[in-house]
Amino acid sequence: MLPLLAVADTAPDWFTFFLQQCINGLTYGALIALIALGYTMVYGIIGLINFAHGDLFMLGTFLALTLISAFGLDTPDASSGAIAVGLLAIFPIAAVFCGALNLAVDRIVYKPLRRAPKLAPLVSAIGVSFIFQNIGLLWKGPADLSVPSLVPRTDFFSDPTLEFTVKDLFLTLTVLPIMFGLTLLVKYTRLGKSMRAVSQNPTAAQLMGIHVERVIGNTFAMGGALAGFASVIYALYINTVGFQIGYINGLYAFTAAVLGGIGNIPGAVLGGLVIGLVRSLGAAYVGARWATAIIFGILIVILIFRPSGLLGERTREKV
Amino acid sequence: MHRIHFWTVWASTAAAACICGCNTSSSTPSGSTTATLRVNPDAPKSGAIRIVSSLPRTGSAKQQSDTIVNGIKMAFDEAEYKVGDFTIEYSDLDDATAAAGQWTAESEAANAKEAANDPNVMVYIGPYNSGAAKTSMPILNNVGLLMISPAVSAVGLTKPGKGEDNEPGVYRPTGKPNFTRVVPADDLQGSYGADWAHQLGIKSAYILDDNQVYGKGLADIFRDRCQELEIEVLGQDSIDEKEQDFKPLMTKIKSTNPDMIYFGGTTQTKGGQICKDMVAAGLNCKLMVPDGCYEAAFIEAAGPENANGRVYATFGGLPPKNQVGKGKEFVEKYQEKYGSMPEAYAIYGYEAGKVALEAIRQAGVKDRAAILGAAFLIKDFDGALGKWSFDENGDTTLKKLSGSIVRDGDFEFVRILGEEKN
Repeated sequence: MLPLLAVADTAPDWFTFFLQQCINGLTYGALIALIALGYTMVYGIIGLINFAHGDLFMLGTFLALTLISAFGLDTPDASSGAIAVGLLAIFPIAAVFCGALNLAVDRIVYKPLRRAPKLAPLVSAIGVSFIFQNIGLLWKGPADLSVPSLVPRTDFFSDPTLEFTVKDLFLTLTVLPIMFGLTLLVKYTRLGKSMRAVSQNPTAAQLMGIHVERVIGNTFAMGGALAGFASVIYALYINTVGFQIGYINGLYAFTAAVLGGIGNIPGAVLGGLVIGLVRSLGAAYVGARWATAIIFGILIVILIFRPSGLLGERTREKV
Repeated sequence: MHRIHFWTVWASTAAAACICGCNTSSSTPSGSTTATLRVNPDAPKSGAIRIVSSLPRTGSAKQQSDTIVNGIKMAFDEAEYKVGDFTIEYSDLDDATAAAGQWTAESEAANAKEAANDPNVMVYIGPYNSGAAKTSMPILNNVGLLMISPAVSAVGLTKPGKGEDNEPGVYRPTGKPNFTRVVPADDLQGSYGADWAHQLGIKSAYILDDNQVYGKGLADIFRDRCQELEIEVLGQDSIDEKEQDFKPLMTKIKSTNPDMIYFGGTTQTKGGQICKDMVAAGLNCKLMVPDGCYEAAFIEAAGPENANGRVYATFGGLPPKNQVGKGKEFVEKYQEKYGSMPEAYAIYGYEAGKVALEAIRQAGVKDRAAILGAAFLIKDFDGALGKWSFDENGDTTLKKLSGSIVRDGDFEFVRILGEEKN
């Protein structure tokens, strides 16, 4: 028995291994989902694929890193209480920062193009993405930066081969309430009602007395705030930030939004989780460098057989 | 239906871009062997000679390449930018872009073409990355321009029979070598690394690489040597350097329970993140990295708390602190001049600069073929690295490598590798 136990201690059976990969995948997927929510909301309301969203998120991670050192949370003598308070303060600051930035970009760049052909704001969004990337480059330089590990990594399982830490829980716990909150907001509040109205027909909504520009502005601010929120979680979870992370994460998030049915809030979360799972299982069973190719392969297949995405409605025509 | 087309096209493009981006290897042979190199008897014996260097001047290799450029400048300063009646002009070219964060084939090719087309350029110092060398070698070979790399170490670039089947011939369209390097090639680094692991009592290893010329080459050599030493190779994987997090991969490696992970790659291809994620996944084994990670930026990216006592680094020479003789003098002079310790490759930049001047001095004329020929004839060069020669492939005869371990957020020299073979 003893030698067997010793082996079990180090090498997990196939099920534990699979389970662990699912945990890895779902936690990363939750992160992607958070970013995807911002994409999907903006798309849902004005049909714009906001390519700058990933880079806005990147700027959020930089702000988080700056605040962590400004608050002295990275010093060894920072108590866990101070860290908790500091982190609680960083979340709203990053959310306000990214929300305000997104709103400003909408007002300056996208609003004048509201009645232009769809391609004009799309190309502008790509332009804004480059501008953000270069701001990030000037801000923190080209090298990857380490974010100190501030969230404890206490494991919930006693099994040494299976790990689900406080960090993972922290991440997943934030995504679900946000998703439900957003869904409720869109379904039941006055703002949500006007958002849906603007999304369906902005002109008719305006005739009904809805302040269309204000609703769009609110959506941009909310989408940006979500990116800011996600960026802090990302910094704490992945622990490495760099000026280029917006690209790959934006790409994953955009894919998640399309996969779930763009414009659909639970769809974006589902898409994010699917991408996380595929990525992690792909890396585990096929090969680490194939994960991205598999994700896009699946995306193509889904778009061929279900162009509106997993949860998307077939009715709306936006692009 | 309009929507289907848009999404599908977009997604296929993105997927194709990702797949293509994963692999940046293999160049095509041009096959022509018509040009032969000849010394021009009318070549000028005085005037201005231009020497260019092509190194990654932006991205996370910047810190390292700053000190290499300082090293090159020091060599020229000491000669007061003069060799006989020639005056030396030096240009520091960048083969990286800020947007890529590291070298790009486009920038390296552009630098090589600029050098090739400028009749005043007589020596090309660089590049820093093996993949970049694949791009510039054929371009510069066609014009017979001498290349001296301070850092490139992939085996196939110079050594027949040790790399791919068509290497190194594919980089020499004229049939005559023009590429030299003052660092030992990776056949030594990869196998000495495995020897060191063996001496550390490692019984099993998991091998990772970044799927690039340098990293994959090293990982393969390390693996082959492990098999000879009967270190069990539990698996080998290539990573996607654009990926941000390697937790799924680390979970997979953890299930094989290795004594050591070997990563063939550089800081720029996520060496630091690998270290960070292996710790996060609860892997307690050692990590061995090659000289592509032997720089402060690696420890910064990995986080010193993750790297301390865990990371073993091999390096194709001796660290600045352990240099003796002329090497020690260089390090002292460097500190005096620039006020900081040079990174590991600075002395190779210095040596490359010295070799360039020596080749020009020996040739005595401003003629690419003559200078190239003179460089390959350099024997028993008494430089900062010791006494060494170039062999017929352009490789250094130096065989002294070093092993370091990360302690207190810094690389600490442990031992010289390859002095005694077990």
